[in-house]
Amino acid sequence: MALVLDAGNRRNRKVAAMATFGALAMLGLGFASVPLYRMFCQATGFGGTTMRATEAQAAAIKQSARPITIRFDGNVTKGLPWEFRPEQVTQDGHIGERKMAFFIAKNTSNRPIVGRAIFNVTPEQTGAYFHKIQCFCFNEQRLEPGEQVRMPVIYYVDPEILNDPNAKDVTEITLSYTFMEAADGGTGSTTSAPKN
Amino acid sequence: MASIPAHEGFDAHHDHAHEHDHKPAFFQRWFMSTNHKDIGTLYLIFAIIAGIIGGGVSGIMRAELAHPGIQYLGWWTHFLGGNDQDFNATLHLWNVLITAHGLIMVFFMVMPALIGGFGNWFVPLMIGAPDMAFPRMNNISFWLTVSGFCSLMISAFMPGGTGMGAGTGWTVYAPLSTSGSVGPAVDFAIFSLHLAGAGSILGAINFITTIFNMRAPGMTLHKMPLFVWSMLVTAFLLLLSLPVLAAAITMLLTDRNFGTTFFNPAGGGDPVLYQHLFWFFGHPEVYIMILPGFGIISQIISTFSKKPVFGYLGMAYAMVAIGAVGFIVWAHHMYTTGLDVNTKMYFTAATMVIAVPTGIKIFSWIATMWGGSLEFKSPLVWAIGFIFLFTVGGVTGVVLANGGIDDNLQDTYYVVAHFHYVLSLGAVTSLFAGFYYWFPKMSGRMHSELLSHLHFWVFFIGVNLIFFPMHFLGVQGMPRRYPDYAPAFEYWNTIASYGYTVMAASMVIFFINIAYSLVAGKKAAGNYWGEGATTLEWTLSSPPPFHQFETLPVIEDAHAH
Repeated sequence: MALVLDAGNRRNRKVAAMATFGALAMLGLGFASVPLYRMFCQATGFGGTTMRATEAQAAAIKQSARPITIRFDGNVTKGLPWEFRPEQVTQDGHIGERKMAFFIAKNTSNRPIVGRAIFNVTPEQTGAYFHKIQCFCFNEQRLEPGEQVRMPVIYYVDPEILNDPNAKDVTEITLSYTFMEAADGGTGSTTSAPKN
Repeated sequence: MASIPAHEGFDAHHDHAHEHDHKPAFFQRWFMSTNHKDIGTLYLIFAIIAGIIGGGVSGIMRAELAHPGIQYLGWWTHFLGGNDQDFNATLHLWNVLITAHGLIMVFFMVMPALIGGFGNWFVPLMIGAPDMAFPRMNNISFWLTVSGFCSLMISAFMPGGTGMGAGTGWTVYAPLSTSGSVGPAVDFAIFSLHLAGAGSILGAINFITTIFNMRAPGMTLHKMPLFVWSMLVTAFLLLLSLPVLAAAITMLLTDRNFGTTFFNPAGGGDPVLYQHLFWFFGHPEVYIMILPGFGIISQIISTFSKKPVFGYLGMAYAMVAIGAVGFIVWAHHMYTTGLDVNTKMYFTAATMVIAVPTGIKIFSWIATMWGGSLEFKSPLVWAIGFIFLFTVGGVTGVVLANGGIDDNLQDTYYVVAHFHYVLSLGAVTSLFAGFYYWFPKMSGRMHSELLSHLHFWVFFIGVNLIFFPMHFLGVQGMPRRYPDYAPAFEYWNTIASYGYTVMAASMVIFFINIAYSLVAGKKAAGNYWGEGATTLEWTLSSPPPFHQFETLPVIEDAHAH
């Protein structure tokens, strides 16, 4: 009887070990979803995530005759003592045309603050075609008390958008930025002076 | 399915004398239990207590919603020790109530009753096993669940930001659950989910091992009773979905307490990711709550039609299909989070596909009854009620599956009506069906059939009065999760609140019935439902001996007869 039970126990332990492995794998997948989700959004433009282009990529883009309007929006989260607004409300251009827009930020408090801009575009399906060559949102921004900066965004809309049945009818894209106080107090890469 | 001749071969009287009546003393038996039947009983008692609390919470909510304006919340805020001078704290109590109702009913009523209660009791009996594979782990599962419940109760008396308690909704969405709820209440609620989740994962491992390894000789997977099949699929869903919830709420905890930014955009995170993770768990979770009910209904319909279930293999694999497809439809809970048209089309189509295996089940139950020698005992009446109510909930589910329609109905009472028809009416009806089916087997005492029928009809009328009008309210645009509403919505809200009192009356009948059977019920025979009841638990006495199947039963091939 004891021998039989031992064999049963071994079998039970094997199945239980496999089940535990399955549960742990799903636990790992849960945590792995954080970087996976970020990569997914960056790769597909999911949720209006904009793309990042190098100078070389931008140089290869051919301008199309189709006009497109870009609308700009800038705001800050509750509790961040900054003024932040786009210098121009809209910019008219063409699909594939390289344009530069400016945003103005001012620290109205009496302490230095590191801000991080989050961004997306609407309609969200245009995220995959909205390319930024240079942006203040690539880095955290540190503003001294009372400091005001003028920050550039260099962007273009990829002509591939004309081949996407879900996005080709879009004639106006809104690019929105929200500044938040960097949650970790701003370590890492900060740039304080606008580069243009 | 296997048909087992009813004989007394496995009865207690034939067990070895030293096994007979060898029960541990009270404390050891009930607090350190390793016996699957005792643990099942503990789970059922626990679920009933949690159900009374969760049902009481919904009573407070229905009373408040009977008329527009805030009537009772201030009193309850004061009663629970909150600051009733602060109107925001009073409104916060509403959020605490909806959160508590959802979490209690899902994690501490339906799941413990169906999986811990009936699963523990009848999976080993139905497969001819002496006990669960890991009896001591079984005990840990139960007490983890109880600890989780205590943690949730404690959270109600902790500061939660705007007032006392966790007011995040059962979904615990960030950022409301992170920066929006300062104070330990939400931490306790999250910890409660950790504990209950760990208990359920251990339980799932136990069920999987038991079902794979401990079936009696001759009982192949394709001869297992459908209730055991349903528990097997449920256990896999638990095993694969709960760890994802555990990961998500652990990240919530670290976002709250240790400065991480998994779901905080200021640090590069995304709150929508939490919703994806939650619903990757949350959608399988709704099948976790209904699949064991499917299993119970299959046993009951077969028993009282006096024939095997129509399309046994189709029924078993329909549950497997529901479980598998249930993992790839989660974003239909998130249609309004900005999914693009193609994503919505996929999730709409995938969601509707689930209606196919579900339809197979509904039609197979009806086909089983068709031409059967039906005997309308209380479990069958409850089971037919289940089929009706679940189908209503299923049809509104197909409506809500449409991404375009859901844009309009998201977070309205239409959704509340839908998920209460499948859960509060579907899963709970299957619970009562199973209860009346097996209660005499568990207790050894017959219940009153008259009271059981009465319980059904009063309950049926009550819950339909509560929830059917919510379809109208939802289509008219009444949003869920508010304690107040525009006067135009009053008519159907008042009727729903009357319905609650009818439903509450049916619960009184239920408890009278239990009391009656325990005090004065007739002694139950081994197989009190007669020739239709063919699974192994009916070959044992009622209640079964403390240790059963010392000699393993051998299952003959049904085709050999």
